Amino acid sequence: MSAAMKLDAGAPMVELRGISRRFEKKLDFAGKIAKRLGAPVREEVVHAVDKVDLTIRKGEVVGLVGESGCGKSTLGRMVAGILPPSDGVIMRNGTDILSRSSAAAREMKLRTQMIFQDPYASLNPRMRVADIVGEAPLVHGIVSRSGYDAYVDEQMRRAGLDPAFKRRYPHQFSGGQRQRIGIARALAVKPDFIVCDEAVAALDVSIQAQILNLFIRLRTELDLTYLFISHDLGVVEHISDRVVIMYLGRVVEEAPSETVFAQPNHPYTQSLLASVPRIESRKRAFSVVKGEIPSPLNPPSGCHFHPRCPHAMERCKVEVPVLREVAPGQRSACHLNDQA
Amino acid sequence: MSMSAPTLEVRNLQTHFFTRAGVVKAVDDVSFTVRRGKVMGLVGESGSGKSVTGFSIIGLVDAPGRIAGGSILFQGRDLAKLSEEEMRDLRGNRIAMIFQDPMMTLNPVLRIDTQMIETVQAHRKVSHEAARQRARDTLGMVGIPSPDERLKAYPHQFSGGMRQRVAIAIALLHEPELIIADEPTTALDVTIQGQILAEVQKLAETTGTSLIWITHDLSVVAGLADDIAVMYAGRIVEKGTVAEVLDRPLHPYTAGLIGSVPSRNKRGEPLRQIPGMTPSLLNLPPGCAFRTRCPRAAAPCMAEPDIREILPGREARCFIPLTSAEEQAA
Repeated sequence: MSAAMKLDAGAPMVELRGISRRFEKKLDFAGKIAKRLGAPVREEVVHAVDKVDLTIRKGEVVGLVGESGCGKSTLGRMVAGILPPSDGVIMRNGTDILSRSSAAAREMKLRTQMIFQDPYASLNPRMRVADIVGEAPLVHGIVSRSGYDAYVDEQMRRAGLDPAFKRRYPHQFSGGQRQRIGIARALAVKPDFIVCDEAVAALDVSIQAQILNLFIRLRTELDLTYLFISHDLGVVEHISDRVVIMYLGRVVEEAPSETVFAQPNHPYTQSLLASVPRIESRKRAFSVVKGEIPSPLNPPSGCHFHPRCPHAMERCKVEVPVLREVAPGQRSACHLNDQA
Repeated sequence: MSMSAPTLEVRNLQTHFFTRAGVVKAVDDVSFTVRRGKVMGLVGESGSGKSVTGFSIIGLVDAPGRIAGGSILFQGRDLAKLSEEEMRDLRGNRIAMIFQDPMMTLNPVLRIDTQMIETVQAHRKVSHEAARQRARDTLGMVGIPSPDERLKAYPHQFSGGMRQRVAIAIALLHEPELIIADEPTTALDVTIQGQILAEVQKLAETTGTSLIWITHDLSVVAGLADDIAVMYAGRIVEKGTVAEVLDRPLHPYTAGLIGSVPSRNKRGEPLRQIPGMTPSLLNLPPGCAFRTRCPRAAAPCMAEPDIREILPGREARCFIPLTSAEEQAA
């Protein structure tokens, strides 16, 4: 418990205020003509992320969970500064990272690094490992030419790679080792905040455990803060202090790990947890959430979850529920909480 | 163990790939039985040979691979010895396969009804209308809403989960005795995976179809399967009923796999992990293939272990199995 209390006291590392991201598909020439002639065509807009507020405190591991298309990766990319939001403010240690001109904002972006799902696609196949890991610190003046070799060796060793392999190319490594290269690359520029986007999803069970252990070790060793994006609730439960659950672009629930898994408040969280296969279960009826995830092009009105929700009322179809505190540290966006 | 006649009996199956770099023994001395109406989980990590085992049974191993030994007994016939024509008669008829990617089953440029009617008529002399009726009923059975309209759709008009349901429906068209499912829910979201697993469970119970469920996910097998076989480097290292194997693993590899599942560990603490990585099948260490990663490895492990009965009804390929309760408590 003392660790949790210390976390509460931590200063906000990242603060998102009203972050939205829309992807628009502009009409092509034929579409524009058709529209002018009165055809029922319109520009399609996907609200990938819809007015999300999120605070990540120093030293915390925040798990971001949701199914495909819920906007978790888009949110992660905006936090990492590689995708500008359509609306909203991203504060990093009190600096607005969206003010592009400021040197402080650039510094903050460098101190935020990202680790990707696919270690095959996120490493340049034509570069040697030493260059993949060492290029950025050299460019940013973190290491000098003379200290370069020793620095790369140290980065590789820390990620569990043998520096003897530094002249090799990514294709000469296994999936788990490639993910270690990605980790070494991210840590080489001395970040204090890491966004992991499905960083262990592509790995085999035994390798996944090794990489998760590396994340846990590096967290204490380097005093890191993580935003850990995953669809795998077992992994998130294990590694996170706090869990944020998204559904179709909105945060539906946010609470400390123990609370989410013991007393989920939102009906979506409850059904998500009930769907997760558990190794402890034996030959049982799988619980079923009805329906499919609706298209984000055309999300349901009101509460996005209402067509699949077992408790849906009239009000859920019209009014968007706000995310508010239901228990200390636990916030949920559900109209049911107003009735109690 | 139940005494009913098994649907499938695989004995000492060997599927080898004859590559320029050498012979890859992708499946090496694999034996197991699939009981009638039961689900057998075939578990392993990438490259363990679980998918090749599935392909061998249904006769879809491509060159340079071929079945180099052993037998696959299905309804008294050895599938390994059938001609291509005889095999084609069984495939999709008595034995069906579901793939991880439903687009392996579906043709993207044909409507669902065309594909399903063709499948029905490939094995049965029925009218177009009767075949269509059968397709419609099967779609309804796997939980596709308004099957009449959906028959007229193309594969791209379905979501991933619905597409997998269509692939399952096609597998069910001829009410096969055996379905081989190769990671069919791995690419799906958890809520959709839950729906599909529920449907599959219901189908196995009501139709008496046997299933081989190939997966890397022990948690899925835990809830779905009756029996389990764990593969490592082309061989089965342990098999038994799900409850026995997952609660009291005998082989150190099985115990390691179970131990590295996050929910089996204390939150925030390092996970128990298996050191090292899967060896290449081209140069396996001599003796037990798991020896180099095994915490219990000792002198006897330099020899190759055979799979043997260690406890009544429990087989494992290990000289020093975990037999005491403390050792097995993963």
